[in-house]
Amino acid sequence: MSESKIGYIVNELKQALGESIKEVKIDKKMTKITVEKDALVRAASVLKGLGFDHVKGVTGIDLIALKPPEDSFEVMYHAGSYSVQELANIIVTIATRIPRNNPEVPSLTSIWPSCEYHERETYEMFGIIFSGHPNLKRLLLPEWWSDAPPLRKDYRPPGR
Amino acid sequence: MYRQDEVKEASFFDTGEGLVFSYGPQHPGTGHFRLIVRVIGDTVLSAEPDPGFVHRGEEKLCEYKTWITNIPHLERPAILDAAGMLYPYCLAVEKLMGVEPPLRARYIRPIVAELNRIGSHFYYFALYGVFLGLTTPFMWAFGDREFVVDLVQFIGGQRITHSYFVPGGVRNDVPKRVPSGLVKQFRAWYRDATGRSPSSDELTDDFQKYVLRVMEFLDARLDHYWDLMLNNALFMDRTVNVGKLTAEEAAKLGVVGVTLRATGIKRDVRIDEPYDAYGEFKFDVPVRTEGDSYARAVVAFEEMRQSIRIITQAVEGLPDGPVKNKQHPVNIRVPAGEAIARAEAAHGESVYYVRSDGTDRPYRVRMLTASFRNLIVIPYLSRGAKLAEIPAIYWSQNVWPVEWDR
Repeated sequence: MSESKIGYIVNELKQALGESIKEVKIDKKMTKITVEKDALVRAASVLKGLGFDHVKGVTGIDLIALKPPEDSFEVMYHAGSYSVQELANIIVTIATRIPRNNPEVPSLTSIWPSCEYHERETYEMFGIIFSGHPNLKRLLLPEWWSDAPPLRKDYRPPGR
Repeated sequence: MYRQDEVKEASFFDTGEGLVFSYGPQHPGTGHFRLIVRVIGDTVLSAEPDPGFVHRGEEKLCEYKTWITNIPHLERPAILDAAGMLYPYCLAVEKLMGVEPPLRARYIRPIVAELNRIGSHFYYFALYGVFLGLTTPFMWAFGDREFVVDLVQFIGGQRITHSYFVPGGVRNDVPKRVPSGLVKQFRAWYRDATGRSPSSDELTDDFQKYVLRVMEFLDARLDHYWDLMLNNALFMDRTVNVGKLTAEEAAKLGVVGVTLRATGIKRDVRIDEPYDAYGEFKFDVPVRTEGDSYARAVVAFEEMRQSIRIITQAVEGLPDGPVKNKQHPVNIRVPAGEAIARAEAAHGESVYYVRSDGTDRPYRVRMLTASFRNLIVIPYLSRGAKLAEIPAIYWSQNVWPVEWDR
């Protein structure tokens, strides 16, 4: 049942975004739709229109240590739904890749207020700037932290 | 996201002379965190959370440790609910490996998870009382919690941080017998709580019988908690209509756990996306519609009854067989890929994203813990509230500061 539902969601996204969708991955492990950075806001509003009313979290990944290395960050939004019962067992992830030397993505807080603190955490841990975020400042790191953002792969913790 | 028109009645009082002070970080009841509170008179103008005092860098640590050696530190953010922290990690790694745990393990894992949920909810009620100046539940709940952590100790070897779950099963089988000295002591407790004496056949040192009697004992004990806390006029005075959240707001803020279910949204991963043997058990998801601090306490209270039901069914229907897949004990290889998995922890829905690059350690583990998703509610509900309502608003979310920090 959920497979056909996911197919419907992906179709809607394809219709709305067209060429901006770079990769669609649907399997038992996760449902992930990679879009261009410019299409992120549109993808989010399409999902919101379909009933995905909150995000379960925002994930950042530094892809520099992959083999072969990729000089970019990946930002993912895991969206879920409370208002539509049929979507209860579905988590749709929309992802985008951004260059490491210009890590900036539009903030989705205007569409999903629930990602406010998740974006703040990704900002301080990866140095990714979410433009348009209402309160983009440090959350967990100490205020005297002056080293590189710690979850980047090129940050080596002392003693390791 | 807090537009001026959403600032309830607070803006009316804001003449720019608010007093700013720090609520915490010295342990306002649980782990270390602080709220930067701005008040005028007794009315809270804003309460900004400032977590991070117990930040351990769990996600970074995961990248340095192997798939198995990650287990003991992953449970640290919520030691009272270690199963809830480990469950989504194990499910995600199993998805990546493409394996399923043996049938017996799929029954044992819910038993431990529900025991941890009961233990965690006892903790919740213990500190809920302390937050409101009612210290008797602290003594009661910690006394009754002993029976739960004892059981976890018999099963997993440790009272709280048991590291019992591994990808592909559980670390060891449940014991056949429990210490007879404990059974002898327990007999008196059972009589006190339920009012009847168990026959020598009903209560022996047999593991299954002991667990079933402990569940009956806890079920009887919960009646006393109802009278002590939830049906207590003083407790209700401090919690009813305090920190009210509507269903629309809950969906907008993406809250989880008791905060979500107290607003009338019936969501529970154990029902929506059953994992392990949860699909086989009969249980309800308690829901209230009021959305206030009192409703959250009632939902948590009802959840303990449902956990008792689940454990009873799981112990009665425990199948035979191995408890762990055949694999290397410490060095497993996980195929490259990414997976997302979720489980219902005691504090709410817990989602993990795990990515592997095919080596012996994770490329990235993202812990989207339940408490972190409820963090947003505390400033939202504190606005316009009275200063004395902050403890009820904060603790009724069933959050745990270390889960915010990770």
